[in-house]
Amino acid sequence: MTAKVAYESVEVGTELPARSFPVTRATLVQYAGASGDFNPIHWNEKFAREVGLPDVIAHGMFTMAEAIRVVTDWAGDPGAVVEYGVRFTKPVVVPNDDEGALIEVSAKVAALLDDKQVRVDLTAMSEGKKVLGMSRAVVRLA
Amino acid sequence: MALDQSFVGRTYPPTPPYEVGREKIREFAEAVGDPNPVYVDPEAAKAFGHSDVIAPPTFVFSITFKAAGQVIHDPQLGLDYSRVVHGDQKFVYVRPVRAGDRLTVTSTIEGIKSLAGNDIVDVRGEVHDESGEHVVTAWTKLVARAAEEA
Repeated sequence: MTAKVAYESVEVGTELPARSFPVTRATLVQYAGASGDFNPIHWNEKFAREVGLPDVIAHGMFTMAEAIRVVTDWAGDPGAVVEYGVRFTKPVVVPNDDEGALIEVSAKVAALLDDKQVRVDLTAMSEGKKVLGMSRAVVRLA
Repeated sequence: MALDQSFVGRTYPPTPPYEVGREKIREFAEAVGDPNPVYVDPEAAKAFGHSDVIAPPTFVFSITFKAAGQVIHDPQLGLDYSRVVHGDQKFVYVRPVRAGDRLTVTSTIEGIKSLAGNDIVDVRGEVHDESGEHVVTAWTKLVARAAEEA
């Protein structure tokens, strides 16, 4: 469990490389199969509208999985993630076209902790809306 | 209807073991589009000190959420699952989940709140491997939205 980033090389405010993750209806079907979450709000437009949603929405756990990639790609070893939490604030709405939606994730070091650990605060946006709140990870650096 | 506060602190029996397979991890990594080799290549995982391929951080949710079904579908608690949305999610890891793990989950109701007609239930899932080693704890906040006015 060794990250490739040295604890000494970062400070509060250090920005991690930002990433954008596309998500289409096909992505959601694939994620449903892999995760076992077959809730129809993630693939059935008629059902989604009937329960008051604007359209099919992405699984919150899919968005959570994408956001942490900014941290794991930076750290190198995903096993260096010690803690990860989010609040699902707004849904990622996924239209039925080739483009789908985009989840834009940025992150920066928010605190230096003991034991070579740092707290990273993440921001995940889609269509200009914050889709994750209180999104924080603790990662152990080298 | 507000849920019964006496359920706070209730712990459900551990689930039967879930065996984590390499191909299931690969399938999950592909579904989230993550090409990190530590999820698919045992040698790449070993280079980081892992004994086998590891799972992406959120992989374990599939296991803990299934276990939380004991709470969600407990007829005595009476949560209206058709109105449940996922509020918060948090994981604290002792070590990453890896291929070959046989994981059991013990779910506990940590809190029950009623807020503006919404029922809010906090479930903690403690995940252990076959040797009894603690692997990860997952906290899931479930919100049963208030029923619409008739």
